[in-house]
Amino acid sequence: MLASVIGVLFDGFAYGMLLFLLAVGLSVTLGMMNFVNLAHCSFAMIGGYVTVTLMSEAGWSFFASLPMAFLGAAAVSVVLERLLYRRLYRATDLDQSLLTIGIVFVSIATAAYIYGTAQLPVQVPGYLRGSFYEFGTTFGVYRLFLIGISLVISILLVITLEYTRFGAQVRAAVDNQRMARGLGIDVNSVFAITFALGCGLAGLGGALAIEMVGLDPNFAFAYLIYVLIVVSVGGLGSIGGTFTAAMLLGISDSAGKYYFPQFGAFLIYLVMIAILMWRPAGLFGRR
Amino acid sequence: MAVMSNAVVTPRQYLHAQIRWHWIEVAFWLATLLPIIVTPKYLVLASQVAITALFALSLDLILGYAGIVSLGHAAFFGFGAYTAGIITKPWTISLPLPGRDLEIDLPGWGEPLTGLLISALAAGLLGYLMSFIISRFRHLPLIMLTLGLGLLLYEVANKASWLTGGADGLQGIHVWPLFGTLHFDLYGYTSYPYALSVLFLLFLVCRRLTNSPFGLSLRGIRENITRMRAVGAESRSHLRIVYTISAAIAGTAGAILTQTTETASLGVIEFQRSADVLVMLVLGGVGRLYGGLIGAIIFMVARDQFSGINPQFWYFPIGAMLIFVVLFLPNGILGGVERLMAAFRSRSS
Repeated sequence: MLASVIGVLFDGFAYGMLLFLLAVGLSVTLGMMNFVNLAHCSFAMIGGYVTVTLMSEAGWSFFASLPMAFLGAAAVSVVLERLLYRRLYRATDLDQSLLTIGIVFVSIATAAYIYGTAQLPVQVPGYLRGSFYEFGTTFGVYRLFLIGISLVISILLVITLEYTRFGAQVRAAVDNQRMARGLGIDVNSVFAITFALGCGLAGLGGALAIEMVGLDPNFAFAYLIYVLIVVSVGGLGSIGGTFTAAMLLGISDSAGKYYFPQFGAFLIYLVMIAILMWRPAGLFGRR
Repeated sequence: MAVMSNAVVTPRQYLHAQIRWHWIEVAFWLATLLPIIVTPKYLVLASQVAITALFALSLDLILGYAGIVSLGHAAFFGFGAYTAGIITKPWTISLPLPGRDLEIDLPGWGEPLTGLLISALAAGLLGYLMSFIISRFRHLPLIMLTLGLGLLLYEVANKASWLTGGADGLQGIHVWPLFGTLHFDLYGYTSYPYALSVLFLLFLVCRRLTNSPFGLSLRGIRENITRMRAVGAESRSHLRIVYTISAAIAGTAGAILTQTTETASLGVIEFQRSADVLVMLVLGGVGRLYGGLIGAIIFMVARDQFSGINPQFWYFPIGAMLIFVVLFLPNGILGGVERLMAAFRSRSS
């Protein structure tokens, strides 16, 4: 009994960390600019495909391809931000949702055109595969690695946002954009950098996700729902909230699958609706 | 069609001008009869278009008039579709009474018109219950709640396989012939006129509804809910009413799909369908009733054509069209046409 609890907690925590990586960029950009970016997981998908391409076509190692997944997704996001997103900063929720759903459609079709619709595998190094046995349950090495890398990234993010000048500007812009502008912060370029950073993190998350959940063109839609749940439950613009919500979702998802397989994802949606009705701005939302 | 003039118009005069039939509208509805004569091979597609158009019309009621953005409207489409299928099947209910179990045999009821009514009422009831949640929220929480409720119902349909057949789809649907004589065949000879008639009737209802004082106050809520409250309009109950009606119409569309194809699978209730219907409504133009119809025609015919070439790629043109419409045609295709016509008229006069 205890062994299964530990196993569920471990798997759920690893999955939650993955969701955190995928969602944190969206949380910050949504909280900052109020831009409903439903194409966030398309950037994650770009990261995944960059890694797969570099590894299978150019023979790169898994680790060498990870920074490229970050940069690839960030680069595409900068171009799209300049071309499309920028025009709709002051538009309604509906227009923003629709523009980004359009981007999701285009990205799915493009991915299907280039890579086909089959699930693509990724060959992680041998020492990341396999598992070991401890406390009466098995631990996947890759999941452990995923937890480690996510914790490092979270700490880096918190340091960046809490202790640097740039972080202070981001927090000021999230809290009160007009006031930040009044104080001479160039909110537009702060947002452009944050947006690229968030999309880059999504790209990295996409690359790291392949080993656990696979990669196919439908990724952009399938994980969008989870990412939106994390962001809206956690509260916009709150890193701690996103972290907590991602962990809650990851652990309750794996617990639900393990203990109540007959309910499927039902419980998660129910919890999400309950939390949103109780606190529409999310658990840690300030608005 | 909007009447533009600088003269002062009372609300009553405005509504009267709106409710008059324009010759383009008459021509449009006459043209919907063309597939029966010109392209009888495509009647199955035509009936799919009519069903989808009805679904888009139901979304336009809440989105275009009341400003409720929904990413989960397929919940009602699917609820109607499953209801229409389930009532045609015979069921045995066993009640565990003390002593012995009481078994009640329910015969399947496959009469299409009453089936349609039952499905509409069921979906409307669901919409009424959900409207108590929906009417309390706006903006992002609203979008997320509609998404979450839609996903919740999808999971219910997926997991309650004793009732819905789960991932295998609902088996053994048997719909009786329409009026006791007209069978729903594979070629759409019955289903297209059937779907089209229901679409037209419900379109008339929506047209009347949106061109009424009720419709005007919905538009007021869409534009500025705080001011509507300040002038004493019952905004929440208005939202609940229109949400319930919209749900009932969406359920009717789903029920027609089940009845004409005699199948109901998880596809009727999935997120994809909610996204698709939003896309077509926006392509056509939000808040003008015909937008959903035009959008459904373009979307369904385009999907039919592109998936004929390769099923994976039809998303590309749809996505590109969506981006184009949001950036350059803020009121959809119909809004663009109206602007063109207005420019043409002002130049000729």
